[in-house]
Amino acid sequence: MTDPAAPEVRETVHETGGSPAPPDDEVAAALADRFTGAVVTRSHGQTVVWVDRARLAEVARHLRDTEQFTTCVDVCAVDHLLDAARAVPAGVGPERFEVVANFLSHPRNRRIRVIVQVPEADPVVPSLTGTFPGVAFAEREVFDLFGIRFDGHPDLTRILMPDDWEGHPLRKDAPPARIPVTFKAAGGPR
Amino acid sequence: MTDDLGVIEEERLERQTDEGAQELRSRRELVLTGAPWPEGDVEVAETMVVNMGPQHPSTHGVLRVMMELEGEVVLRAKPVIGYLHTGMEKTGEELTYVQGATNVTRMDYASCLSNELVYSLAVEHLCGVELPPRATWARMMLVELQRMASHLLFQATNGMDIGAVSMMLYGWREREEVLRLLERITGLRMNHNFIRPGGIAADLPDGWQDATLEVCEKVERGVREYDELLSENPIWVERTVGVGVITTAEALALGVSGPILRSTGYPWDLRRTQPYLAYDEVDFDVIYTTNGDCYDRYRIRLAEILESIRIVRQCVERMPDGDYRTQDKKITPPPRARIDESMEALIHHFKLFTEGFGVPPGETYVAIESPRGEIGCYLVADGGPRPVRMHIRGPSFYNLQAMETMMRGHLVADAVAVISSVDPIMGEVDR
Repeated sequence: MTDPAAPEVRETVHETGGSPAPPDDEVAAALADRFTGAVVTRSHGQTVVWVDRARLAEVARHLRDTEQFTTCVDVCAVDHLLDAARAVPAGVGPERFEVVANFLSHPRNRRIRVIVQVPEADPVVPSLTGTFPGVAFAEREVFDLFGIRFDGHPDLTRILMPDDWEGHPLRKDAPPARIPVTFKAAGGPR
Repeated sequence: MTDDLGVIEEERLERQTDEGAQELRSRRELVLTGAPWPEGDVEVAETMVVNMGPQHPSTHGVLRVMMELEGEVVLRAKPVIGYLHTGMEKTGEELTYVQGATNVTRMDYASCLSNELVYSLAVEHLCGVELPPRATWARMMLVELQRMASHLLFQATNGMDIGAVSMMLYGWREREEVLRLLERITGLRMNHNFIRPGGIAADLPDGWQDATLEVCEKVERGVREYDELLSENPIWVERTVGVGVITTAEALALGVSGPILRSTGYPWDLRRTQPYLAYDEVDFDVIYTTNGDCYDRYRIRLAEILESIRIVRQCVERMPDGDYRTQDKKITPPPRARIDESMEALIHHFKLFTEGFGVPPGETYVAIESPRGEIGCYLVADGGPRPVRMHIRGPSFYNLQAMETMMRGHLVADAVAVISSVDPIMGEVDR
């Protein structure tokens, strides 16, 4: 790598654009079998399954009960307002929001990522708290910062922002530094 | 020029949702009660809800715990967070990949380098950059030094919370040695911004080997002292053994990782199970115990300092020569001297620090073992110089949820020991 004449090793091919899953990924294959409409891709060597949002909780339960995925390490969301024309795999209808859940199987020592598309008009996703109670905070955070509601969450309240906050700051249309300042002399938003 | 800016501003405003402006309500209406309790059956004659924090000294900054008490027994506990929320994930979307490390390093401020590392690894994973071995080994050494500092900080605050105040001074003393070394290497005691996409910011300074080994020796001596002071101290044992017990199944379901998971008898350490950097080439043990109580969490962190020292010593011994950052000119700025003689170098330098480098579209989740557990970075790129989404999965954020499980049925005084043994860093929880 120290040779300046060596070609750049930077990757130019976008792998999420629909490359098929490797045949040896039996977890993804089983998911695709069981849940019609599930699309399996590889993103930089990581297995990603795109499912219908209504079946997210079912998928999580399947992963836990059948495939030994012991932990849902993370739930977060992405707002694609400004890059709506992004590349999604064939068979997935792009929407404004994506909710992303990363699962980890300790016994099998592997990870899998599940992505669902969430439309702006009806931002509701089934909650995973019934299967993985540890995502309760994460789902509250997504609700707080993106305004995506989790159906079946026991305590869906704001977690990081004040309880009386209006709006959802991590949405792309919530510009930073646009809150009224309470000091008299400040004269409006910075 | 000003017109252009004006257009951007208008566009931005148009993109606001219909929720309108964010007007603060009058102070009287500001809610002080937090969110409602989660459902659950508690049948007792009379209970009392007590707030602990956010200004309580044992809450490590700004954690607030609502505890429902019957007498002095904790029936339920609910952590209330967000007091340190500064929108760092939003800021991360505004900064280029070059600037990003400056932002993430401020999240978990007790182990800044882990944050920088996970962010840099995610960016490099998307770019497909390969690092020269010296960068990898230097990163590993720095992160392990930081792990020592972080666990020493835990020993100090844990001692202080439980009442061994002298422990606080000892822990701080040794931690300062590590921070001084990190200052010598990176230029700053904390928030180093030293591990950056593409490598590390500068080469290791002259004489770093001797300084590092000296610090290792000092810390090792300190750890033996703590062990002697606390591990068999009857008061310490009384305060921590059997307090705040959590089982493996509970920990896994709650997404708990790091020393808390390992204290339940589950030897899960990403350095061993999913090796990154060069952890598969060094010799170290994954420490775990089986009781899952506060005492075990203390012992694990104490022993992990010694393991980190082991790794650091191997790094000193085996540090490869060569470049300390990748020679990919689109990512690494040219050396200062080249700028004077090469137009191309000047252009690269200018472009890197004004618009940054583009990252090919895609998304990745990269996780490493921070002193507190699995820290992950979910990064979505669209080809431009700024990420579409930069999300950090903070281990403390998830570990905090296990607090109620650990506290239930214990006395208020033990609740302090439990909070302390979770070792939450609120900067990372609230981001």
